[in-house]
Amino acid sequence: MALKQWLLSGLLASTCLVSIAAAGPIENYSPVTAERLKNPEPGNWMHYRRTYDGQGYSPLDQINTSNVKSLTPVWTFSTGVVEGHEAPPIINNGVMFVATPMGQVIALNAKTGDEYWRYKRQLPEDLFQLHPTNRGVGLWEDKLYLATTDDHLVALDAKTGKVVWDTKVQDYKKGQYLTLMPLVVDGKVIVGGSGGEFGVRGYIVAYDANTGKELWRTFTIPGEGEPGNETWKGDDWKTGGAPAWMTGTYDVDTRTIYWGTGNAAPWPGETHPGDNLYSTSVLALDPDSGKMKSYFQYHQNDSWDWDEVDAPMLIDLQRDGRSIKSLIHPGRNAIFWVLERKPEGIKYVAGWPFVYTDVWKGIEPSGKPIVDPVHKPGIGKRVEFCPSLWGGKDWPSAAYSQKTGLVYVPANENFCGGFTGEKVPLVAGQLWLGTKPEDIGLTPRPGATHFGELQAWDPATGKKAWSHNFPKSHLFGSVTATAGDLILVGGTNDRMFRAFHAKTGELLWEQKTNSGIMGMPIAYEVDGTQYIAVQSGWGVDAQRIQDALVGKVPGLENNVPQGGVVWVFAVKK
Amino acid sequence: MILTALATGACLASSRSSVAEEDLLGSNERPQKADVLVFAEGDRAGEVIKPQDLKAGGPPVRAWPKDPKTSVVRKGSRLNEVLVVKLDPAELDEETRSRAAGGVVAYSVICVHTGCPITAWVKAASGDKDVFKCVCHNSEFDPRQSGQVVFGPAPRRLPALPLVAEDGPLTVAAAFVGKVGAQQGR
Repeated sequence: MALKQWLLSGLLASTCLVSIAAAGPIENYSPVTAERLKNPEPGNWMHYRRTYDGQGYSPLDQINTSNVKSLTPVWTFSTGVVEGHEAPPIINNGVMFVATPMGQVIALNAKTGDEYWRYKRQLPEDLFQLHPTNRGVGLWEDKLYLATTDDHLVALDAKTGKVVWDTKVQDYKKGQYLTLMPLVVDGKVIVGGSGGEFGVRGYIVAYDANTGKELWRTFTIPGEGEPGNETWKGDDWKTGGAPAWMTGTYDVDTRTIYWGTGNAAPWPGETHPGDNLYSTSVLALDPDSGKMKSYFQYHQNDSWDWDEVDAPMLIDLQRDGRSIKSLIHPGRNAIFWVLERKPEGIKYVAGWPFVYTDVWKGIEPSGKPIVDPVHKPGIGKRVEFCPSLWGGKDWPSAAYSQKTGLVYVPANENFCGGFTGEKVPLVAGQLWLGTKPEDIGLTPRPGATHFGELQAWDPATGKKAWSHNFPKSHLFGSVTATAGDLILVGGTNDRMFRAFHAKTGELLWEQKTNSGIMGMPIAYEVDGTQYIAVQSGWGVDAQRIQDALVGKVPGLENNVPQGGVVWVFAVKK
Repeated sequence: MILTALATGACLASSRSSVAEEDLLGSNERPQKADVLVFAEGDRAGEVIKPQDLKAGGPPVRAWPKDPKTSVVRKGSRLNEVLVVKLDPAELDEETRSRAAGGVVAYSVICVHTGCPITAWVKAASGDKDVFKCVCHNSEFDPRQSGQVVFGPAPRRLPALPLVAEDGPLTVAAAFVGKVGAQQGR
């Protein structure tokens, strides 16, 4: 390569994918090791749900039920981006990494809010962003990893924001995209693909953290000759969906990752007869090889668009007089699942509806739910069902408090919906739902007194400890629990960020923010001070649900401005 | 600053270079003056559209521009696809009427919000007129008012494609009015 051409290439690489150093580079960055990821320091938040077990629990208790009323904003930072801000701020010893829609990462001083650098991906102008969002960055050594909506995995230098490597995962022009936070396990960066609405074949894939080289790829729909392929008819498996668009959890002791999968495609089950393994399931995989160890399918032949991608929490329970290493998953299909991680595989323990549903008549002893065919969408007929296609709980995550033993669920109650199924040919890169998008309905149940519902469940007994109802809003935001007996959540269309008492459900504190909060709250500590942080930025499905309710819910607030802001709070001293 | 300027220039140069390669076919080029429009889907896919092929009052049809000299259909980029709808000329505002062929107007099919295709022709969230709707995020655009946003998160109007028709097929009169495609972040 000629020198002139080489120089030009260098300039292109550094500016077409822009890295802007504002106050950087970061000094004294703390490299992220396997040991630190397994046992994160209490003041840090380095995983999607802080720890590999996915509990969404912080052991910090400096901010607690007695002083949370004095919680005050200490700094804010406008991202300059609209649409749904769904990522938790990621914290590593005083450095905060914020991922936003449109493929941006901002590195901030977690104490002051000063910007170190910003990475801004130049997305293709013809990109079709059905879900324009990002759920965070993974960390390893001195690098971080961003999965993008144009279906690339990018490694950045954590100190400078410069691109270390950039790997194309699949082709965005065929409806392949990425929105999740990568899971990093022992030097492997693991992601799963989105695109179920475009008739893709779902997969989970691992890359070498240092080089970006692909190490293994496991498809969530088995190919010809593989176990489970017989649950698909003909070539349906090639385009059957089962995307894997949320971060998995990881059992450090057994070296097993657990990953949720989405619905079969297109929506009406008649178009893909069979049980459709491994859609709407949790998969247990070997992180070194991607080999499947076990699975559990939450429901068969999905016809409701009920992705079950939010990975189950790993919780040690005392239930029925014995210790259970459980998998807990409040499902989009309205069932609160208690499963067990046994040496021989995942086993069903218990399940019960946590919101109203007319789809299930019961659950077989094996854990297979029994469907009422009256409420199963089909071809050429309008079918109504409860809950709506957004489910009893969509992707926003529940949390578990190690102090109370309760699971806190961001649920949506009293929403039903429906659509008319139709057979349509698949066109690569175009939506393939099996219904006309404009035909999708969302209907409040007659007499409904509320919609969003923050619930506290005891997974050991199946009893609801408390709930807080939202009469004029759905609840579309992840929950975080802290050792200060606080439950933190946004998710409502009144732009509020709230703290509840973990034991009683009492509302202890609330703060109105710039927009609605879809982002995951976190707790962290710098120089002995505890902070609470969250991104406020309404959009994507939270906005869609709200728009669908206009005119149906009297008094509905439908003026939630978009635009992302990182909010950081501390107790006023 | 100089480096930035150089690099920006380099980006543009690179962009032009890649477009130049695609120019060999012309299928990636945005609609050109004198292009005709052809049906993008359905039984008549590929056939040239005339005003009388469209039903007054909608629904819209999806169309590609076609170079009449080379017969190249410009479907190499999804940013070239348009929605064509025949409306009552009396309903159009002055600006829209100036770009219409009779009552036929054309707009980019790509929603300016996040780049989804606009697929629906439905009653507006407020009012009783049918409008274009992007079902991805519920943005609505009024084709009678220069593609103005009437509902949802879209930040700007839908780019219009000026048309003419003189006793023949619908023909492109000028390039898109406005930037085609989605918004970007900061």
